[in-house]
Amino acid sequence: MNTVNHLIEVHDLKKTYQSGSKKIEAIKQMNFHVDDEEFITIMGQSGSGKSTLLSVMGALNHPSRGKVMIDSLDLYGLTAEQRADFRSEYIGFIFQSFQLIPYLTVLENVKLPMAVTGQKKKIKNQMALEVIEKVGLKEKINRLPDQLSGGEQERVAIARAIVNKPPVILADEPTGNLDTRTAKEIMSLLQSLNKDGHTVIVVTHNPEMASFATRSIRVRDGVCYT
Amino acid sequence: MKLSNISLGNIKRRKAKMLFLILGLVIGISTVVTLISITESMTQNIEERLNQFGANIVMVPKSENLSLNYGGIAVGGVNYKVQEFDEADLKWIRTIKNAKNLAIVAPKVLGPVKVKDKKVLMMGVRFEDELALKTWWQKTEGAYPAKDNEVMLGSKAAALLRYKPGDTLILSGKPLKITTVLKQTGASEDNAIIADLHTTQALLEKEGKISMVEISALCQGCPISELTLQIAAKFPNGRVTAMKQAVMSKMQSIDMFKSFSLGVSVLVVLIGSLLVLVTMMGSVNERTREIGIFRAIGFRRGHIMQIILLEALLLGIIGGIVGFGMGNLIAWTIIPLVIKDGIFSGMNTSLGFVSVLTAVALSLLASLYPAFKASSMDPSEALRAL
Repeated sequence: MNTVNHLIEVHDLKKTYQSGSKKIEAIKQMNFHVDDEEFITIMGQSGSGKSTLLSVMGALNHPSRGKVMIDSLDLYGLTAEQRADFRSEYIGFIFQSFQLIPYLTVLENVKLPMAVTGQKKKIKNQMALEVIEKVGLKEKINRLPDQLSGGEQERVAIARAIVNKPPVILADEPTGNLDTRTAKEIMSLLQSLNKDGHTVIVVTHNPEMASFATRSIRVRDGVCYT
Repeated sequence: MKLSNISLGNIKRRKAKMLFLILGLVIGISTVVTLISITESMTQNIEERLNQFGANIVMVPKSENLSLNYGGIAVGGVNYKVQEFDEADLKWIRTIKNAKNLAIVAPKVLGPVKVKDKKVLMMGVRFEDELALKTWWQKTEGAYPAKDNEVMLGSKAAALLRYKPGDTLILSGKPLKITTVLKQTGASEDNAIIADLHTTQALLEKEGKISMVEISALCQGCPISELTLQIAAKFPNGRVTAMKQAVMSKMQSIDMFKSFSLGVSVLVVLIGSLLVLVTMMGSVNERTREIGIFRAIGFRRGHIMQIILLEALLLGIIGGIVGFGMGNLIAWTIIPLVIKDGIFSGMNTSLGFVSVLTAVALSLLASLYPAFKASSMDPSEALRAL
């Protein structure tokens, strides 16, 4: 019997939060997998557990039960510092509301993930400029985030997420703060990244965005339906 | 992109908060520097003033007998034969190792003279040295003797002999003009005729002889007992005694100022550190979101600590330099106001070095807990603030 190795495997996942005396089950039970170079959207209403799922998959949030394997590596079998190194190497995060560092320029924001990697300054610069060019902001490298439009800030966030060339990109509502046209542009950009070989997982509540993905996972009340 | 860019960027962005933090360090360091400078100046001033109270070393010829007087009352007619010093040997005093600490060397020749059928003590002094040493001497009228045929009288001697300034005293046929009479001092000079050293030597037939030497030593940072031993080594026939009481009171005054300064410094430095701690904690709490992002993109706990401690280091250096400058400026301004004749002794580079090191150490120590707290932040918790 052949065993198929998926890039990401989520096994028997459960996540509960304690809020005062109350226990909140953000994820009740989830099992699914994502293959290499897939473009997945995780769809669901607010409070359905999709953002929690993304943070657990991104090695940021220890599950109450179950396993997340990426490239056959059990994320929560690693120490906190090993998980930090894993995030640096394997995961590119795109957060809600861009989350750029306001006192750093476009170029510096993009180079931020490389502050803890060992590359030489020249290579770091080259890599950062490459991705900035890819997202179409070559002319604005010295601007601060508040001097950019929402769409441009999202592009900087995307450039920052891909600068270390991570195999997996996790995006939490990347189009939530954008108008429809810009949102579609951003989804197209993510689609092109996927075509370049990145596995992209996007959390969204907007069904229109699902059309860009190769597959959708629906989440409702902490349970997923593939 | 380096971690230092993040630290610098944060300092630039949170100018008001960082200025407040630097202010805490500046207040602490400048207070310490000011107090140290004032204490140094006060110490110097007290030294100088106490030194003006007179001799703190006395050298007399060695004697085989004990003195039988106490509080100015002689209790026995002990006739002790004394040797005297040669005036020419006095130059050796200025050749001791700590010669720079010797302020005044005042030799005296003593002997009895007969005036109006009364035996009176005659004291020959070098007026220039003696007046510098006995700053508490006060004259009634007239001027201090300036010529070798001029003398002055102690208050009791003047009263007993019925002389007043302007009168002439004849001693061994030599007329001596009384220029002034000393006000009562309570000491031996009240009973004496005080004249020029060489005139007295001639009158007493003790040419080139010295009965005793009073020495005033500036003893900041030098042990008085060592000076005593050094002088004694040069005069084997002399008995050199340190006036320990004067030295002890001197040391007590200095110690008191030092303790006071230390107490105030510790208090102010503690308040400054608290200010740094509170500001750094506030800064870390404000940056929860940022720290969450750093952790999410792969920063280790150590990287977060480095960012915060690097900020603390930079602010500590700035706070130390500004605090040192400010402290010197305050000291320079207020020393002449709070200490009579006080002079700011200038910037002390070693103190500057210690100030910057202290500010950096304080800043790092006070930032250690906030840095630890920031680095321990659970990235998922921090990101929930997004």
